[in-house]
Amino acid sequence: MIIKNDSKTIDSVDLKILENLQEDSRQTYVAIGERLGLAHSTVYERIKRMEKHGVIKKYTAIIDAEKVGNKKVMAVMTVYTNPKESEKVAETLCSFPKILDVYTSLSEELLIIAKIAEETQESLHEFIATSVAPLPGVLRIRTSILTKKFKETPLLEFR
Amino acid sequence: MKIFDNVPREKAFYFFTSMGNYTGENASSLKEFREKIRSVDIKSLEFHLYRGDFERWIADVLEDKNLATEINRVKTLNYAGCALRNVLESIIDKHYEKLVAALRK
Repeated sequence: MIIKNDSKTIDSVDLKILENLQEDSRQTYVAIGERLGLAHSTVYERIKRMEKHGVIKKYTAIIDAEKVGNKKVMAVMTVYTNPKESEKVAETLCSFPKILDVYTSLSEELLIIAKIAEETQESLHEFIATSVAPLPGVLRIRTSILTKKFKETPLLEFR
Repeated sequence: MKIFDNVPREKAFYFFTSMGNYTGENASSLKEFREKIRSVDIKSLEFHLYRGDFERWIADVLEDKNLATEINRVKTLNYAGCALRNVLESIIDKHYEKLVAALRK
């Protein structure tokens, strides 16, 4: 499997390294090398190259929000937009720290789907009413409050 | 009083039917607000009236304390559906016409 990324080619060995890093980004080059049958220097060089090209954006921690007492209201907001303004609306939504993910989607109309974390349902509504509805190009908004998480997978499957 | 002005986009009234569900209808002036009250989804009228959103916007943005007080009184009547739309239309129409008449004098 080969993926072109700018001028850089990602090969199947890179993908295996990425899979390993997604499972545990704190493991050593030696440990990854042993699992994949590679020299640790090869693993090191490939990781550094992928960091340089932005294939690996950053290393982070996945926190269990409930265990740290974070009781935020999570919601998925579907924003129906005028196609001409859609990109701008999506970019503006990205600038709000409380909006966690932003996607555009094509169904019968052009939609923006965004995931939001807010303190309360009231503050969620207030934010949507004062910061999202007034954006030029916003036609309507549908919001669903998330109640129970059954599965969340931050890992990408490469196979 | 900004009763006949068009307020900026960020200060307009945005009609929702429930938390986070925007109808796409908005009003930037009392004239537009009056028109939208006639046509917007009834669920939106019920949602905003009993939250106090109408009276707050009319008092804070349009700076019309008298109309805000009249709208506040409607809450105590516990109207819903078409009856609520009719009473809101009637109050806003009368108030609007009174303001227009006063302006003409």
